[in-house]
Amino acid sequence: MSGHSNYEPKGAIGRWMDARLPIVRMGADFMAMPTPRNLNYWWTFGGILTLCLVIQIVTGIILGMHYVAHVDQAFDSVQRIRRDVPYGWLMQSTHAVGASMFFLAVYMHMFRGLYYGSYKAPREVLWIIGCLIYLVMMATAFLGYTLPWGQMSFWGATVITGFFGAVPVVGESLQQWLLGGYAVDNATLNRFYSLHYLLPFIIAALVGLHIWALHVTGSGNPIGVSDKVKTDTLPFHPYFTVKDMFAIVVFLMIFGFFLFYLPDALGHADNYIPADPLLTPAHIVPEWYFLPFYAILRAVPDKLAGILLMIGAIGVLFVLPWLDTSRVRSMRFRPVARWFFFIFIFFCFILGWCGAETPDDPSPLFGLSFYRLSQIATIYYFAYFLVILPILGLIEDPKERPASITQSILDSGAKPESEKALAPAE
Amino acid sequence: MALKSVRNLIIAGGVAVASLTGIAIAAGGGGPAHGYEMLHKHWHWSGLTGTYDQKAMQRGYHVYANVCRSCHNLDQLAFRHLGDKGGPFYDPKYKNPNDNPLVKNIAAEYEVVDMDPEDGSEITRTGIPADYFPAVYRNDAEARYVNNGALPPDLSLIVKARNDGADYLYNLMLAYSHPQPEYVELSPGQYYNPVIEGYKIAMPPQLQPQEGVFEYQSDTEGQNPPEATVEQMAADLTEFLAWSADPKLAERKSAGLMSMVYLVLLAILLWLSYKRVWRRLKPAK
Repeated sequence: MSGHSNYEPKGAIGRWMDARLPIVRMGADFMAMPTPRNLNYWWTFGGILTLCLVIQIVTGIILGMHYVAHVDQAFDSVQRIRRDVPYGWLMQSTHAVGASMFFLAVYMHMFRGLYYGSYKAPREVLWIIGCLIYLVMMATAFLGYTLPWGQMSFWGATVITGFFGAVPVVGESLQQWLLGGYAVDNATLNRFYSLHYLLPFIIAALVGLHIWALHVTGSGNPIGVSDKVKTDTLPFHPYFTVKDMFAIVVFLMIFGFFLFYLPDALGHADNYIPADPLLTPAHIVPEWYFLPFYAILRAVPDKLAGILLMIGAIGVLFVLPWLDTSRVRSMRFRPVARWFFFIFIFFCFILGWCGAETPDDPSPLFGLSFYRLSQIATIYYFAYFLVILPILGLIEDPKERPASITQSILDSGAKPESEKALAPAE
Repeated sequence: MALKSVRNLIIAGGVAVASLTGIAIAAGGGGPAHGYEMLHKHWHWSGLTGTYDQKAMQRGYHVYANVCRSCHNLDQLAFRHLGDKGGPFYDPKYKNPNDNPLVKNIAAEYEVVDMDPEDGSEITRTGIPADYFPAVYRNDAEARYVNNGALPPDLSLIVKARNDGADYLYNLMLAYSHPQPEYVELSPGQYYNPVIEGYKIAMPPQLQPQEGVFEYQSDTEGQNPPEATVEQMAADLTEFLAWSADPKLAERKSAGLMSMVYLVLLAILLWLSYKRVWRRLKPAK
């Protein structure tokens, strides 16, 4: 929470600087932010995501020194990086695996927000900025996947830019304007590289706004009851810096496991074949983090309708603060909504699965084709936001909530030692 | 409570890894058909610490040079790569692979197109370690013309360019003899192979028991080279091409081991710091 500052400049230089540019004060206040003491590990993904962004930017800038954005050389230049640039294999793998890890963390962060009602007043703007970050991340990831100029790069770019061709009236000219020609070619690769380099800095700026908004409203917390008394919160440093650091290192172990032992597990073998505009791969499949949206896109037979649904699937997140009518933030105290939320998660995985499979193939579930399965999951996805949450907020009878964070800790920690009662976590 | 948090964290991590690997495996898809059972060989480089077998890679290179080379390129490889650390002809005496006599000899077996610096005309000269493996054909059109319309793919990345590339390649070499079902109809110049997508391949069976025609040489391939059976040649070739697709595997795994040990220690220290910092808290009220 912003407002009162406890910073006292030390020494003459400190006071001189503080009167002119209170940057040290800003940092000190930042680190001292009162943070709800009951945050669990789901609240560590903000720090993890910041690290992900830094990793992508640093490795990306180094890769940019060696990468050649030309249709004749892009594929080979990536191989040069992996074979001849000192530690190039590490930079390239970190960047590629890092993209997956970034999305893994962002999905955890978003599901956290959905479960604990982080989008509700007064955090609507914080949430919307987060949705914007996610949107720009998706664009950046898509553009970046084109750069190695493998088969999946090329055909993925062809499919996605083809969406714009489905826009009524102006579609065709819009598509040509985006591609810089009639098909994905050198002009496309060059502008994609340029934009892929630009967008991360826009993400960084949005992250700045996101954190600013966070510091205005303060963190939410697992019980969703705003902090009221002084014992509800702890200064961010050292209590949450040390906890976030621990979580970051655990996350880095998962990252490292993929990076060092399964570097290609999250990619496609087809992308080790140089792009060939005359040879369409048997299955064009996006990266795993786009699969649920790909399934929604293919859930309807009409191309334009599919695109509108896919855009709507992300767009609905932006207006979520006004769709959920319940005033109870945390699902812990919403016995019915909680189950609908878990079903929502389940269907998100189903959508991901459908996105990876061929629509006409039969799925192992009830003899439904993946096409039908993706339709059911799509209906639930939208129903959750547009029907279930608005209605449930009006009719659901929430459980009784603790009066304050401090009270909730004292209640749950009905153990003899008072120290244990104030332990962090849950 | 603390233990519960750790347990939850481990579960969350496990679920994350499992679901991502699940997605990766699901995305793999495909597979052979017609009752062909894929042979799953245990490769030297599999597992957390496995690396390539140098002798096997050397034998594999000779299979490439004597058999595959008649049609297939190694686009991403220079001769010097063969003498890089972890490569088939690496010799610790020659840190710079350009000095490695084995690499020099191999390079000299190839003709490279170059320009005469005097008059700018096109000449051919013998290769040096810095050269890349020259293309077999002048261009794709010639490659297709010679090969009945089919383009022999580059082999330098083939193990990465197919799902489960090592098993794929190994089985592709061995599966030609599998009985062909009647409904697979072949055009002239096509062969049946249950491993390849579509079950039709333009490449005739290459590795055949040819006693006396191709034998492993004892000077480079160890004192007692194994007999050059079809299985042995296929396995050795796969070893060589696996290295060619992922030459930094050994470096990656050793860096991985160090990193993981470091991260585990750091995690323990941070966990203890975390407990200690939070212990400072006095009871509320």
